[in-house]
Amino acid sequence: MTSIAVRLLVPAAREAVRGRWLAGLALALALAGELLIRFGGGGATTVVSLLDIALVVTPLAALVVGTMQVHNAREMTELFLAQPIGRGKLFTGLFLGTALPLAAALTIGLLAPFAWHGLFATPIAGTLIALGGVTCALALIGSALAFVIALNADDRVRALGIALAAWLVGAVLWDGVILLVTMLIGGRGVDTALLIALALNPIDLSRVLLLLGTDAAALFGYTGAVVQHTLGTAAGRAVLIAALALWLALPLWLAARTFKKKDF
Amino acid sequence: MVRWCDVITLPFLLLQQLVVSPTGPYRTVAAAVQAAPAGATVVVRAGRYREPTVTIDRAVSLSGDSGAVMDGEGSHAIIIVRGDGVTIQGLEFVNTGTSYREDRAAVRIADAGQCRVEHNRFTNTFFAIYLARATNCDIADNTIVGARGREAVTGNGIHLWSSRDIRVSRNVIRGHRDGIYLEFSRHADVRDNVSELNGRYGMHFMYTDSSLYTGNTFRDNGGGVAVMYSKVVTMTKNLFSSNHGPTSYGLLLKEIQDARLSGNTFRRNTVGLLCDGADRMIALDNQFEDNGWAVRMLASTVDGRVEGNTFSRNSFDVAVNGVGTSTVFAGNWWDSYHGWDLNRDGIGDVPYHPVRLFALLVEHAQPALLLQRSLFVRLLDAAERALPVLTPSGVVDARPLMRRPAGGAR
Amino acid sequence: MITVAGVTKQFGRRVVLQQLDTQVVSGRVTALVGPNGAGKTTFLKLILGLVRADAGSIAVDGHILDGSPGYRAQIGYMPQMARFPAHLTGRELLTTLASLRPVPAVPDLSLAEAFDLRDAFDRPLGTLSGGTRQKINAVMAFAFTPQLLILDEPTAGLDPLAARVLKDRVLVEREAGKTVLVTSHVLPELEEFADDVLFLADGSAKWQGPARDLKIVTGQHTLERAVAHLLSHRAMLAVA
Repeated sequence: MTSIAVRLLVPAAREAVRGRWLAGLALALALAGELLIRFGGGGATTVVSLLDIALVVTPLAALVVGTMQVHNAREMTELFLAQPIGRGKLFTGLFLGTALPLAAALTIGLLAPFAWHGLFATPIAGTLIALGGVTCALALIGSALAFVIALNADDRVRALGIALAAWLVGAVLWDGVILLVTMLIGGRGVDTALLIALALNPIDLSRVLLLLGTDAAALFGYTGAVVQHTLGTAAGRAVLIAALALWLALPLWLAARTFKKKDF
Repeated sequence: MVRWCDVITLPFLLLQQLVVSPTGPYRTVAAAVQAAPAGATVVVRAGRYREPTVTIDRAVSLSGDSGAVMDGEGSHAIIIVRGDGVTIQGLEFVNTGTSYREDRAAVRIADAGQCRVEHNRFTNTFFAIYLARATNCDIADNTIVGARGREAVTGNGIHLWSSRDIRVSRNVIRGHRDGIYLEFSRHADVRDNVSELNGRYGMHFMYTDSSLYTGNTFRDNGGGVAVMYSKVVTMTKNLFSSNHGPTSYGLLLKEIQDARLSGNTFRRNTVGLLCDGADRMIALDNQFEDNGWAVRMLASTVDGRVEGNTFSRNSFDVAVNGVGTSTVFAGNWWDSYHGWDLNRDGIGDVPYHPVRLFALLVEHAQPALLLQRSLFVRLLDAAERALPVLTPSGVVDARPLMRRPAGGAR
Repeated sequence: MITVAGVTKQFGRRVVLQQLDTQVVSGRVTALVGPNGAGKTTFLKLILGLVRADAGSIAVDGHILDGSPGYRAQIGYMPQMARFPAHLTGRELLTTLASLRPVPAVPDLSLAEAFDLRDAFDRPLGTLSGGTRQKINAVMAFAFTPQLLILDEPTAGLDPLAARVLKDRVLVEREAGKTVLVTSHVLPELEEFADDVLFLADGSAKWQGPARDLKIVTGQHTLERAVAHLLSHRAMLAVA
């Protein structure tokens, strides 16, 4: 089972890496990081800007590039489907072959400038590692969602449109709606509702997780304290990470189900 | 003739030394103090002295050698001063135990003046130094370390009640309820102390007018400093740092008139400066850095002036809970100001609105804070910049500085 | 032997195959013919398991298709106008295919030699011409000594010389007793090796049987004319 998936992963990953997309993405991120360090000094402010990039760019890139790659791998998929291997293994191989290079490109691109400027030996190292972890998780989640989208929308342009819309909802609109509802409801108990609403969005989930990692949460008064108190503990963090894992597992399950039933 | 006699004996009296040590001549501090005439010095040699509360009612100087420890055995106060001109120095006071009924203190100065408490060490005492109706005393260079326990079981480090002209200088206080507490006092001068890790406040003013504190550091306390129900308090060159918690702040001004703040630094506090009913407050040349909220003003705050201050890297520069405030903001430097200066006079041509729309929304429903740093909130900020109409315009700096003022930061 | 019983397949509202019953006999070359959109490619993909039937059953050499993949080890498939991953080489792809088989196999590259492909085999597939890609497509289909060959428009895009090479190979395979299922728009070339004809139209098998019989039934001399006759008279056939 695993060996078949690995054998499929290799050509899929090779195909992804040889395409210029991933290299370009990694390079662009590295350039942004380099500029941040040059002009931001590489301190806490730089990390905060990097956090913005990670939370905005990673899901966007994963969704868009992921969707495109699923469509580009269409031929390879059909070729492999005619071979004596099960669809489950084929799906595993294709997903890993698409998602892992993407996650690696994003994470490496984001962190490389910090590595070659030696910033992993400074107090921000912990935050950088957390940032790398979250970037990786978001890239995998974005890829899984991209699979769901691309497998359900055969038209390439339509799939890209849906991917962009999904990003727009997750990165912007969801928070806008939350803010609006919070304003309308106000009052007590809203923080619990808000936390649940945030957990329903992997980008928000990652943001809260990262904010807990920096001590910024401590400066957020009562709310920050509530969050720190409920989620800042090891158990709370575990819950957040579990929620992120669920965000990976659920789309993957959906995509695998679609893949197994799909006509090619 | 008596007068002549006094003149001759006086120097001898002043020079007179009584020595306490575990092996004598005096074996207890109480015995030596009782025997000492006014003006005498009681020298306490190294050793641990367990004895009932010592009362000093004459101008005696109590001086400890290194290693001289007075132990309250967890059950009683250690020294009570009831006379003028007493000096206590070089001693270590430990273990008073806890009693709210008597506000048990290691050293209590009651109804006395011209006393000095210097270079002592207080460890695990309920109240360390307690002044009641004292005048013109010096509390300096003491190190005071409380039980570090919960607020409920520690008293205050240095406690002034109904006292006048007290100078509190260069002490280090930690692990108490309030590091320094002043109530119904006048003309206090609190200078160059470090007050940290206290359960409630680094320093707490209640009904204490016409006082000054300067050059102090307040960090990692439940709250930095609370100045309440007081008039004409001047605060300069202090550092309020790392006071964070659910309801925490660097400095609270509550129901006070004519506060004057200058050259202070507020760094990494949940709220840097919180004003709740501060009339005619003047804040000049202070630095606000890395705070959650730099300045939070409740509507009860009127006629203040905020000028020449530096605001950098705060999540929110200014928050108000009403539409606006009668406090005037002018000539401050704001790191998030994006205006221009065509005539190059160093003053931005576009007014700065330090209250963001998001800050106002958060004021309305605090949990919305969880959206801080989200793309949506960034877009909201960008929209505000493009369409100033969106900005709640109650608070305006009409003359924002283009360049950051030099110096001042600690 | 491929046995198709009562197979129905629709994509959305479009019914492609309706209650299709047919058989493909082993050891023979069956030409799958029919008008555009008759469901020829769908029929082939059904046999391969790329498309799942809505109803009915398909059995390949006694194995009833149930989603398990093992039977495909015996099938060599040449898709229509294969588009391959652009950045992989033919050799890499073939190595991967070899590694995916239940029993390790050394690819049979005799067809590649016949095409004289050697150089193109190590270049990224995206840089190759359509004809060269089609050659590689053919090489892959024949690489693992399949018992059943499914060829969807195999000569499309091939130059006459390469088409000749491929057709000769099909004849060799027939001699070896392999089953071949082939579609083509170029009917004269089917003439050379088609033993049987399966005529699909309107979602069902309108005619099937030996190519010889078809010519007799239609009174035509060539397969091309016979099929054209079928096409123009399919309404009549439906009645019969």
